[in-house]
This record gives sequence, C-alpha cells and structure tokens, in this order.
Amino acid sequence: MVDEVIRLEAIQRLFQVGDQTVHALNDIDLAIEAGEYVSVMGPSGSGKSTLLNVIGLLDQPNAGRYRLNGKDVTERSDRELAKVRRDNIGFVFQFFHLIPRLSAVENVEIPLVLAGVPPAQRSPRVAAAIQAFGLGDRARHRPDQLSGGQRQRVAIARATIMQPSVLLADEPTGNLDRASGIEIIDLLEALNASGVTLMIVTHDPGLGGRAGRQLEMVDGRIIRDHHARE
Amino acid sequence: MRASDILYSSANAIGAQPMRSSLILIAMAIGVAAVIVLTTLGESTRQYITGEFAALGSNLLIVLPGRSETTGGQPPLLGETPRDLTLDDALALQRSRRIEQVAPITVGSAPVSWRGLEREVSIIGSTASLESIRHLDIAQGRFLPATAPRQAVPVCVIGQKVREQLFGTARALGQWLRIGDRRFRVIGILASRGQSIGVDFDDIAIIPVASAQALFDAPGLFRVLAEAESWDSMTAAAAEIHQIIRASHEGEDDVTVITQDSVIETFDRILLALTLAVAGIAAISLAVAGILIMNVMLVSVSQRNAEIGLLKALGAAPGQLRLLFLIEAGLLSMLGAGLGACLGLGTVWLLQRMYPGFPMVTPVWVLFAAVAVSLGTGLLFGVLPADKAAGLDPVQALSRR
Repeated sequence: MVDEVIRLEAIQRLFQVGDQTVHALNDIDLAIEAGEYVSVMGPSGSGKSTLLNVIGLLDQPNAGRYRLNGKDVTERSDRELAKVRRDNIGFVFQFFHLIPRLSAVENVEIPLVLAGVPPAQRSPRVAAAIQAFGLGDRARHRPDQLSGGQRQRVAIARATIMQPSVLLADEPTGNLDRASGIEIIDLLEALNASGVTLMIVTHDPGLGGRAGRQLEMVDGRIIRDHHARE
Repeated sequence: MRASDILYSSANAIGAQPMRSSLILIAMAIGVAAVIVLTTLGESTRQYITGEFAALGSNLLIVLPGRSETTGGQPPLLGETPRDLTLDDALALQRSRRIEQVAPITVGSAPVSWRGLEREVSIIGSTASLESIRHLDIAQGRFLPATAPRQAVPVCVIGQKVREQLFGTARALGQWLRIGDRRFRVIGILASRGQSIGVDFDDIAIIPVASAQALFDAPGLFRVLAEAESWDSMTAAAAEIHQIIRASHEGEDDVTVITQDSVIETFDRILLALTLAVAGIAAISLAVAGILIMNVMLVSVSQRNAEIGLLKALGAAPGQLRLLFLIEAGLLSMLGAGLGACLGLGTVWLLQRMYPGFPMVTPVWVLFAAVAVSLGTGLLFGVLPADKAAGLDPVQALSRR
C-alpha cells in the first residue's frame, strides 16, 4: 500500500439551520494517497468546502475518524490542531487572505513566525520562496500594490513555506482573470508534481477535469470518485 | 512565537490603525495625567499646610482660657470663663520642669502713628520668649529684651509692612512712635515672613506684655504659648499645665490645652483623605479609558476577523492569538501612560511656573501607580477582546470577505 496521507472514515458534519439539521458531510469515507491530485466538484451547498475545512482541521466533524499522515487527529485540542495544521497543511483561498498592512515578504513569513523560527533562518527561506514564485521584484510591495495573480502567488508561497504534505485550495482561481488563473493552476500542478498532495475545490469543470482524481459531491455525499488515467 | 516577533506584530497592528490607536492613547494619557496632576495638588497642599503648622514652632502647647467640654469642636477663641488667664498663670507655668519656655500673649489693635502718618495695626503683647517659640526672624535690631515680664518697657518690634508704610525710606530703628496713647521706641524689625496661619507677621507690632495690658487695660491673656522640653513629654506637660492652673484657680480647671501636634495630625489626616479622594476620582477616568480600550479592541477584533481566521489557518494556536491581542492592548496602554506621565508632569511644571509660591511635589509612587494602573486596566480590558479573537471560528472568519 502506498503512503496514505488522508483517511476519512464515516465522517459526519451537521449544521443546525433553524430547526432543521443539515448534513453538510454525510458519512464520508475517503482515502487520499501521498502525491495525489484531487479535485472536488459539486453544486453550491454540496459540502465540498466543508470537506476541505475538515481535512484542513479548520472544522471538526461531529462523528467519524480522521487520520492525517497515519495519526488520528479527531478529538484533539485547538492548540494541538494548530500545530498539526501549521506543520502539515497549506491553504490557498479564493480571496487570497493576505494581511494588507504587511509586505509580500512579511506575508510569506507568517507561518515561520508563528512556528517560532529565528529571524536568521527565516529570511533565506522566505527569499528563496519569493524568488521561486517569480515575485523577486515585488518582495517589498504590499498586497494592494500587487495584481490578483501576484497576490495568489504570495498566498501559495505562504502556504508552502512550511513544506506541508497537503496543499488545500478553495476556488484558487475564482477571483482571477483567465490568464492569471491558468498561471496559478500551472504553479499548483508543478508543486503537486514535486510530491505535494494537492486538493482543489472548484466550480469549474475545465479546472476540475485536469486533476488525476475527481470527486463529485451532492448533498454531503461523494457520488462519484473518478480516477482519470493518463 | 518569539517575543520579539510578538512585539513587532503587535506594534505593527497598532501602527496600522493610527486613528484608533491615537484615540486610545489620548484617553489613557488624559486619565494618567489627571491622576498625576490632582494627586500632586493634593499632596502639595498637605505638605504646605503641615509645613505651615510646623513653622509655628516645635513641641508647642497652646493654653486657652476657658474650658471646652465638647470634643472635636472649635477651640474657644475667646474665653467664656469668668476667670481670666493671667500673666501670673503664665509665669507660674514656668515652674514646671517639663516646660522649656512660656510666652504669654495678648492681642489687640491700636492706631500706630509716626510724624503724622497713622494706621491701625494689630498689636501683640508678649515676652522675649516669643521669638524662639514662634521662630521669628529679626531683620534689623533685636527682639524684646528679656527683662522682667511685669515691667512695661516702652519698646516695640514692628513688621516689614508697618515699617514701610510709616517710615518709608526713613530709618525706623531707634525712632519713637505712638501706639494708642503711649510712646514706644522701635528696637527691632521683623524679617518678612508673610502669612502664617492667620497672623500676618508683616503687619504687626510686638510690645512687652505688660505694656499691652496697660495699653488695652485688660489683665486677661489671649493665650499662652508653652514649649515642652521634648516631643515625648508633650502629654505630661499638658497635664502639668492643668495642674498648675487648677492650683491657682481655686481648684477649677478652666483652661484648654491644645497640642500643636494634634492640630497637625488632624490636618494631615484630612488632607491625605482629600488627596486620596481626588486621586480616586481621577482614577475613574482611567477605568473609563480602560473601557474605551476594550471597545476599540473589540471593534478591532471584528474588523480583523479574516486576519485572525487566516492566522488560525496558518497554524496560530488560540494562546498565541490571545497573547497577540493582549500585548497590543498592553502596548497601547503603556504608550498612553507614558504620554500621560509626560502630560501630567508638564502640567505640574506649568502650574509651578504660574504659582511659584506654592511648592509642588509629585510623589514618586503616584507615577509608578498611575502607569501600573493604566497597564493593568489595559490588560484587564484587553482580556475580553483577546478571548474573542482566540475563540473565533476560522471557517466563519474566512468565509466572509
């Protein structure tokens, strides 16, 4: 068996909306191997974002077990979860979520700062990442001085600075023009090719279709799990 | 997270919202400055007044005619007893070993004139002992001679204002002036001292007690000042005074003895309470500033929802977020306190320039207390917003733009 990065067993996530209980995730079983490229598609409210949040440990399931890199991460304290998240998971968001008052370099640096890495070790790593993502001449710019594509590249540099095993992207091109979108997808796919497990949530079938493994969700269930064969 | 990074990012967050931050700084600064200025005024008043009393002389006992049975009331300024306090009584007090010296005092007012210039002046009749008991300074000449107290020597010592108004630039020493219907020779001039608890020593003439009694035709004394040999024997001395007076007043204890100490102590207590009360009122403004900090921090947490959610997604533990926001509140209140301390001390300095006659003292403990209290308030009122930030649900925080 190849290394399993993510293993979900009978995951339930319920939301109370008024007096109705909504099954955002309904009995999900899912195993993702290291280095896989997975896309999650489905209509709004199908639970795909919730799935991503549960995998990213931002959200806790009501029932079921979740193993990340072989370790059970259900029923851990917030503090432990924060550490697991910091060391194993990178997030890329639709709206970039850069801190506006910080420069590109400082935004990329945040996870290292949170991890308590000394400044002397931080700067070479951040500088290398900024170069690698083609932001060399934009390092000192603040987010409002960057284009959408550049902002998302800063966000990806930030998501990968801790060298996580899993990269989670929620509509990463949803707020970009077509050209920048393709650029970002190429970048994410390149990272995947270098071994990072990549999971993308998207509305766009063209985008989702590029993934090696395609999941389709409706009403909190995975209704299709398609392995594309090259 | 490293301490330097926490400080840097908190300071960065403060700098990112200059309007919000300066509002907090101003509120905090006003609170701290108010505490410092008001406490300084209170404390200075206390020291000024107790200093004034101490200047009356040390180990002083004041004997008043008449017996006041009610405690806590005003001492009777004028005797309400049929029996006067006489010069004999005063001299008898000198027999006590516990009493160093005695100065009988009569007061009155009479027209004083010299070469056609005349004005009404307060007259004090006393003896040579008054000089050392009341710590009087002589500018020219000498004080009353230490002759027999019962002898009505026609000499007088005058205050600076009296000298100025009667003699102008002329030499006053050795001149004969007229007080009432008697003539006195000026043998001394008091050094300028100004007001000292109700008595303006500049606007006064001091003559021997026997002369004053003759001048006003009154055998009774206004009061007797007695100096105890030491601070410890004050109580014993007071008891002996009562004893001596009782012996000469046919067994009747009809005088009141006030120790100067008890007066100082009473004033000290009253003024200390006043200072604390004023400081307490000022401290309310600190509490108000604290609540303002809480409000603004809460707004800040709401505004930075997405940022907090992001930090959580990037692996910030709740404790780290709480610390970040607490340090931010702490830094703000520290800055505000520093600013307030400068503002307060500046105001005190300015007041001192405006009223140089009133010595201002800022107690050092107030500086520390004000800064500590403001830091405490900042942190205390920072807890709620920090907790809110720490407990934020990252999914919700990130889902909003």
